[in-house]
Amino acid sequence: MATRGQTIFLILLFVALALVPLAGERYPLELAVQLMIFGLFAMSLNVLIGHVGSISFGHAAFFAIGGYACAYFQTRLGWPIFVSMPAAIGLTAVCALIIGYFCVRLTELYFAILTLAFSMLVWAVAFKWTEVTGGGDGFVGITAPDFMSNPVLFFWFTFAIVAVSVGLLWLLSNSTMGKTFIAIRENPTRADFLGVNVRRMRLIAFVIAGAFAGIAGALLSFYVRGMFPESAFWTQSGQVMIMVLLGGMHSFVGPILGAVVIYVLETFISQYTQYWPIVLGTILLLIVMFAPDGLIGMFRSIGRRMSMRGRRNA
Amino acid sequence: MLEVSGATKSFGGFVAVSNVNLSVAEGETHAVIGPNGAGKTTLFNLVSGLLTPDSGSVVFRGKPLKKMQPHEIVKIGMARSFQRVNIFPRKSVFDNVQVALIASRGLNFNPFRQASGLFRDETIALLDLVEMADDADRRAGELAHGRQKQLELAVALAADPKLLLLDEPTAGMSLGETRAAIKLINDIVSKRGLTLLFTEHDMNVVFEIASRISVLHHGEIIASGEPQAVRDNDEVKRIYLGKE
Repeated sequence: MATRGQTIFLILLFVALALVPLAGERYPLELAVQLMIFGLFAMSLNVLIGHVGSISFGHAAFFAIGGYACAYFQTRLGWPIFVSMPAAIGLTAVCALIIGYFCVRLTELYFAILTLAFSMLVWAVAFKWTEVTGGGDGFVGITAPDFMSNPVLFFWFTFAIVAVSVGLLWLLSNSTMGKTFIAIRENPTRADFLGVNVRRMRLIAFVIAGAFAGIAGALLSFYVRGMFPESAFWTQSGQVMIMVLLGGMHSFVGPILGAVVIYVLETFISQYTQYWPIVLGTILLLIVMFAPDGLIGMFRSIGRRMSMRGRRNA
Repeated sequence: MLEVSGATKSFGGFVAVSNVNLSVAEGETHAVIGPNGAGKTTLFNLVSGLLTPDSGSVVFRGKPLKKMQPHEIVKIGMARSFQRVNIFPRKSVFDNVQVALIASRGLNFNPFRQASGLFRDETIALLDLVEMADDADRRAGELAHGRQKQLELAVALAADPKLLLLDEPTAGMSLGETRAAIKLINDIVSKRGLTLLFTEHDMNVVFEIASRISVLHHGEIIASGEPQAVRDNDEVKRIYLGKE
């Protein structure tokens, strides 16, 4: 899944990110932080879509749980960050285990619908449980550690966590577990007859994906200094899925690429028009019709065509 | 080693397998023959856990398989191939066998053990066994049908089974390919001391390698025994061998 080319791309990407603070300006730093958060969120979903082949339509639930939990632990319980963040991630994983326990009993469309239903349940809780989540107004004003008010330090904090997370996901993708996930995606019946407990493996993938989405959510809660019910809404799940599809679900770096393109487009297009959803819909239409393997797939086929032409001309 | 008692399976009103008793002893090369639609594949699916019998039981190595999932049955020593090739067509030949080894060693739960190059020697050895080491880097789906069947055999062997179930291992092969494949299977089975349960439509092949034969007709076993006894059975002659 992560070919050598992709690994090099990843390393270059993180080197480029590490150079962003040198610009000495606030805006590039903030954009980079947002891209890292949503890139990690998209990569976490790809553990499900790209690896075990389960299309979740409710992944935002775990993004939101991670964010709300972290905000709550920090602000209401006053826990220090090195306790609150791991606790938030742990809680997200437990929620993913409970929700996943039911979801992995189903496959394909039924799985997608059940994940959607659970995520809307999470959204409803976030919307209504005002004492804990702040309800429809959101959880505003999170108590963050002092260093976070410095944009450069916050950038490095995000950078470190995202880099470690992506590194762990890379290890997973290339591990014996990752290979087994891909075998399940390619042919679950055969995987079963290799002696693989397919349902349990899908549940493990679900929990891992949820936990990493929780990390992204916790980072977001620090970044926006709060958490809002929209982050659990189905449109958020849809957007992260489009990021994965646009980048290319059968590649390791695809989701980051998709996240960057969608996020940057959204940021810039929203400045000129309020019709961003129309643009997003058009992008989705084009991917599904012309680039089912996403941008990575497109690059690959362009690369192949160029090398073929090169050979013909030689 | 394998004991099927009174197994019945129906789909809607159609009784695919009816009150079947079948016993496979260790070291046997046991063929299940019968015309198309006789229930051979259904019987295999009952034995391997893909289907559960409506009544009756399947006992493998002393364990009743009633509540067991296919992956649990694989773990106690049964591996199978399918009539229609069932592999990972988009993965390389090497990867097909490697992931089977990963699963059989229980490494599917390890998120840190890097897979690159893992079990290279074992994988190549298994591919060698089915004479496919040269194709290791090819995409499995690109191979000719007969080669894919052979790959599936290597994938099944990676689970290190005691009992190997092969559902029509030569289906769709030419006469020459069938001969070669059967010789290969026979060699592997004797070399590894496996017990083999297989279905096959080519009667010459069956009588060549089977030490026992069971004849399935309309979902019922009408004869079971040594090849010669089955060949001489009047009922078998009438409804099955008579056609040849």
